[in-house]
Amino acid sequence: PPERKRFYQNVSISQGEGGFEINLDHRKLKTPQAKLFTVPSEALAIAVATEWDSQKDTIKFYTMHLTTLCNTALDNPTQRNKVQLIRAAVKFLETDTVCYRVEEPAALAELQKQEWDPIVAWAEKRYNVAIGSSTSIMGPNIPASTRDTFISHLASYNMWALQGIEYVITQLKSLILSMGLIDRHITVEKAVLLSRLEEEYQIQRWGNVEWAHDYDLCELRARAAAGTLFVHLCSESSTVKHKLLQD
Amino acid sequence: MAALGSPLRTLRGLLRELRHAAGSPYRDTAAYRHILAAFRAHRVTSEKLCRAQQELHFQAATYLCLLRSVRQHQALHREYHGRGERSPEEVAGLVGFRLPRQPGGKG
Repeated sequence: PPERKRFYQNVSISQGEGGFEINLDHRKLKTPQAKLFTVPSEALAIAVATEWDSQKDTIKFYTMHLTTLCNTALDNPTQRNKVQLIRAAVKFLETDTVCYRVEEPAALAELQKQEWDPIVAWAEKRYNVAIGSSTSIMGPNIPASTRDTFISHLASYNMWALQGIEYVITQLKSLILSMGLIDRHITVEKAVLLSRLEEEYQIQRWGNVEWAHDYDLCELRARAAAGTLFVHLCSESSTVKHKLLQD
Repeated sequence: MAALGSPLRTLRGLLRELRHAAGSPYRDTAAYRHILAAFRAHRVTSEKLCRAQQELHFQAATYLCLLRSVRQHQALHREYHGRGERSPEEVAGLVGFRLPRQPGGKG
């Protein structure tokens, strides 16, 4: 299907009853389910407006990650409630990338130990939980108390932020790396590097293929960055319109 | 705390990305104004960066990463994945031919 052409000249934001709205010329932006596009944070609205203003001749939706995240928060197409979102997020711990170790090749096993042990240790200390790592195909054995701690921690986030958190976890395939980002312990670049450790190892051994490797790397960075920014902008109590963030 | 480097460097990077993203009047954009205002409001007043400043810097660095990665991804997409179908001229050119030109007809 042909791409949608840019049909608007000016992009601006305005403040409505429910929050901040995006205007494409005189038209108000709507979600895919035709709801009014309203966001709780001015900074987030500005960033979304920038995405729309960055489109040149055609609208490339696959580059508009913040818009997509807002649409997901507003439409909730998977119809999940807060409990279900949290459960999905915490379930990832069972197959967390940084807990799943290889035994061979030795160089990769060593690299995983070197790069992943510190972030696991950080999470264990920060959240006062036991996580560990495993070379078994069953993955690490996560104690129920650890699960409960993360469940109760994530419950402190509002619905919008949770959508963002679950998104980042799905992209990085790791709850631990995502919490590292949310807690500002590591940068997006570092989180993505740790998430792609095995790919990076293979690239160093066998060489880089720009059209595949860098392509994937940039896309993952963009998504992780968008998700993290989304979570932080939706969590700032001073700037957020709470009415919109129905729990 | 995440290793973020110098806030000034982050700010410069952000402004550069905004210039790429917005086109010529990037100084008129809401994003430009917002970012500058945020950096000014949280100017370093003591030797140690306070928590609010660290939070702002992390946010700025994350946004910079987003803008930069989207731009790089798009460039790679255009370069490697956006070519689409080749025209008949291009196909002929692949094997060293040129399409014939016929007066008043095709080509």
